[in-house]
Amino acid sequence: MTKTRILANVRRYGMWCTTASLLSLVVMFPVQASTPTWTVDITKMAFSPADMTVTPGTKVIWTNRDQIPHTVTSKDKGGVLSSKGLDTGDSYSYTFTHPGDYAYFCTVHPFMMGVVHVRK
Amino acid sequence: MSEFDHNDSGHDPSRRKALSCLAAWTGAAVLWNVTGGVPRALGMTTEGTLQSAPANSLTFVQISDTHLGFNKLANPDVVGSLRRAIADINALPQRPAFVVHTGDISHLSRADQFGQAREMFKEIRVDRIHTVPGEHDAIDDGVNGYLKFFDTDGRGRAWYSYNQGGVHFIGLNNVQNFKMGTMAALGDEQLAWLKADLANVSHSTPIVVFAHIPMWTIWAPWGWGTSDADTALALLRPFGSVTVLNGHIHQVMQKVEGNVALHTAASLAYPLPTPGQAGFGEPNPITVPPGELGKLLGTRQVSVIRGQQRLALIDTPLDH
Repeated sequence: MTKTRILANVRRYGMWCTTASLLSLVVMFPVQASTPTWTVDITKMAFSPADMTVTPGTKVIWTNRDQIPHTVTSKDKGGVLSSKGLDTGDSYSYTFTHPGDYAYFCTVHPFMMGVVHVRK
Repeated sequence: MSEFDHNDSGHDPSRRKALSCLAAWTGAAVLWNVTGGVPRALGMTTEGTLQSAPANSLTFVQISDTHLGFNKLANPDVVGSLRRAIADINALPQRPAFVVHTGDISHLSRADQFGQAREMFKEIRVDRIHTVPGEHDAIDDGVNGYLKFFDTDGRGRAWYSYNQGGVHFIGLNNVQNFKMGTMAALGDEQLAWLKADLANVSHSTPIVVFAHIPMWTIWAPWGWGTSDADTALALLRPFGSVTVLNGHIHQVMQKVEGNVALHTAASLAYPLPTPGQAGFGEPNPITVPPGELGKLLGTRQVSVIRGQQRLALIDTPLDH
């Protein structure tokens, strides 16, 4: 996804508040403007940000920036988050559709914890 | 199984007060013995060659944390590091009874990494290779991927025991039951098995335990401990001589508690910070200056000496 496409998209919908978010590099709108996307960096054995609140329909992309593998795994067995082992540079994404609190951790390093709050 | 000796060896573990070893950080291989509580360095050969094991002993080699598949800055050539270790083992004056790998064989639990490890282990001139899984060997599907390559006794589980040379050896899997915010665990099923296994062993039989994560809490915020280790150690405490060999923390540390001595080993992949080391908020691989890495990786020779109530560890860095 190129920057040009993002900006064109934003202009089309005239979403100035979104532009502000764009500048903060937290929220980006892909081509389908209705799917907001958040990114989480996995760096220095931590999820960054580790705590976030999003709206239903938000896609979250985790990317491992460490030299060692990590996972994104729901706290509760059978939860929605269930990545493979992510090597350096690998990403995992999930689109949250239902409101709720989604606690997750890294099974390789169980002290790495994060949560996604999905609120309408 | 004829090479296994199911008889007690005549050890008198009650006289064995402690044992010790020296970290590979010094860049020198030194054999330490502790008899009657007094550490005694037996020294290394003046040529810098590997110390030969004491005569009339059961000797085996511990390697750990090879992380095959890792290729980042901290060690772009983990295969080369393992090959150097294999050359060292094959050059030992006395052929070891076996080699044990205490986990993190692979970096990402991938079949090609397990397969490469199994092929490379065939280059070690030794009768048997024992393994226990590390958390890097249990990433995607628990230890199921690991067991496809390293099912030691064919029972589809990652724990086992055997007797050899008058010693009762136990391999444990403490990289399961991962729960958010807690250290890894052995789990109730395995603890029940351990209790039943030990019920058949004389308290005068020396016990050697292999497990990946330290069986004592070294640094909980980094997960450097086993949450239910105390239950396992309570089962082991009645025995006169217990030696626990761990990996995971990529450095040599020890704790001696009565008749129970616990040791972690050096890695063959990359160094990690010391527990809680200033400036390191997390246990990420450390990239050291060129020429330093070989001093921080290494192998360990372990000897159980018949009739001499002592067990000796020799930690040898790859650069020696």
